[in-house]
Amino acid sequence: MAYSDKVIDHYNNPRNVGSFDKQDPSVGTGMVGAPECGDVMKLQIKVNPASGIIEDAKFKTFGCGSAIASSSLATEWLKGKTVDQALEIKNTDIVNELALPPVKIHCSVLAEDAIKAAIHDYKAKTGEVAPSEAVHA
Amino acid sequence: MLKFPIYLDNHATTPMDPRVLQAMTPFFLEKFGNAASRNHQFGWEAEEGVEKARKQIADLIGANSKEIIFTSGATESNNLAIKGVAQMYAEKGNHIITAATEHKAVLDTCKHLEKEGLRVTYLPLKGDGLIDLDMLKDSFTDKTILVSIMYANNEIGVIQPVKEIGKMCKERGVLFHTDGVQAVGKIPVNVLADNIDIMSLTAHKIYGPKGVGALYVRRKSPRVQLTAQMDGGGHERGMRSGTLNVPGIVGLGEACEICHREMDQEIARAKYLRDKLHAKLAHIEESYVNGSMEHRLPHNLNMSFAYVEGESLLMGINDIAVSSGSACTSATLEPSYVLKALGLGDDLAHTSIRFGIGRFNTEEEIDYVGNKMTEVVEKLRELSPLWEMFKDGVDLSKVQWVAH
Repeated sequence: MAYSDKVIDHYNNPRNVGSFDKQDPSVGTGMVGAPECGDVMKLQIKVNPASGIIEDAKFKTFGCGSAIASSSLATEWLKGKTVDQALEIKNTDIVNELALPPVKIHCSVLAEDAIKAAIHDYKAKTGEVAPSEAVHA
Repeated sequence: MLKFPIYLDNHATTPMDPRVLQAMTPFFLEKFGNAASRNHQFGWEAEEGVEKARKQIADLIGANSKEIIFTSGATESNNLAIKGVAQMYAEKGNHIITAATEHKAVLDTCKHLEKEGLRVTYLPLKGDGLIDLDMLKDSFTDKTILVSIMYANNEIGVIQPVKEIGKMCKERGVLFHTDGVQAVGKIPVNVLADNIDIMSLTAHKIYGPKGVGALYVRRKSPRVQLTAQMDGGGHERGMRSGTLNVPGIVGLGEACEICHREMDQEIARAKYLRDKLHAKLAHIEESYVNGSMEHRLPHNLNMSFAYVEGESLLMGINDIAVSSGSACTSATLEPSYVLKALGLGDDLAHTSIRFGIGRFNTEEEIDYVGNKMTEVVEKLRELSPLWEMFKDGVDLSKVQWVAH
């Protein structure tokens, strides 16, 4: 399969690879996917508690090039957004930006899920949502 | 000097040997006759080319020329062998035994016959990829007419105990078909010593052209008969009608002769390169060989690199042509059924790479591939949350994944 230039660029130069301390109250962690399915994404946000702005984001992904690119792109987009703005990122935005073929749309869905899971985890820590609802990571 | 991309997918297909092309060329041009034209020079020349090829193929596998039936390739050969036996011997029985790791051309043919009322036993494999002979023994019934087990597997290169399987079949008066595509021309195969009754082979896996193959059909003890799958002029002893693909057949014959003549050196060379690559890749932490290393084609290596997904690995080594058992690289989005049959979890199947070393690979290429693989696996593990968890001592099998 041929990849778009943007996918190749993210694969070759992934942005914001790494991890934050999961226990840090200003960090939200989302981990979605399963090894048996061939993709697992871990996406983390670091939020400024005063402004609600995502100051930093990091990811690690086990998956195909499109999955790596989707999560790398997501971290770029998250930075500078408020938590609520971040919730508006849709998988279709990722599909369009990376020119993902139909067979790779699930990678973008996974990235959207990872964003939502990370935000949920953060909100559980601030008490905005019940921790029991938080996606297990 | 290295030339890119490096081709290391020789189980999928092989490049043509220029000597094969050279042998074929006259049969595209001046010797264009129809081998079935019995009354003029053009036909005679074509027939001569075909008969020479028949002999070259027969010599390679220890058969008689008359036992070689030409087809369009191994898929057709497998179809003809299995359906041909099922129909010809329908009165004798209706049970076929095969294995879970056969090529789709065998498995799907068997599934087709199941729909028509035949009974098929799909033997599971042992963890090393070998057939359990005791299990095979227990699978025979008085209705069994055919056993179809491949000689060597196309993904993991594991060589089955063909001789023993053939012996078991012979003792029970059951026909034995083997898909010999990956083995013929690569390792010694002898239809008499190996007790084979019917064997499929193809040209494009042995440095010949695509679109031509053959079926060995035993003529003596027992004399095997097959119901033709196409109606027509009754070519090939009535088993396969259709004007012969003379240039292709000549190419197949020449390819067989070269493999026969150079087999000893080729095995030694392939094994040396394969073992060198294996030694290099075995240094990568959490890397595993899939299938038996002992009962394996000399040019095959299939390894899993845990916590690194196969397609992303292929993307990182895009100057090397190999294939992966990862779901993402298959049309069905399912990980390799062969690896799953070995009991490999989906997670490891997703991380597998198959290397197929060929006649034209160089040591320099193998060194490059070993280094590049090591580098890319390392890079992708830096990206892998699973690797991070593994390194932190997390038992991944106990994690509650948010399945997608």
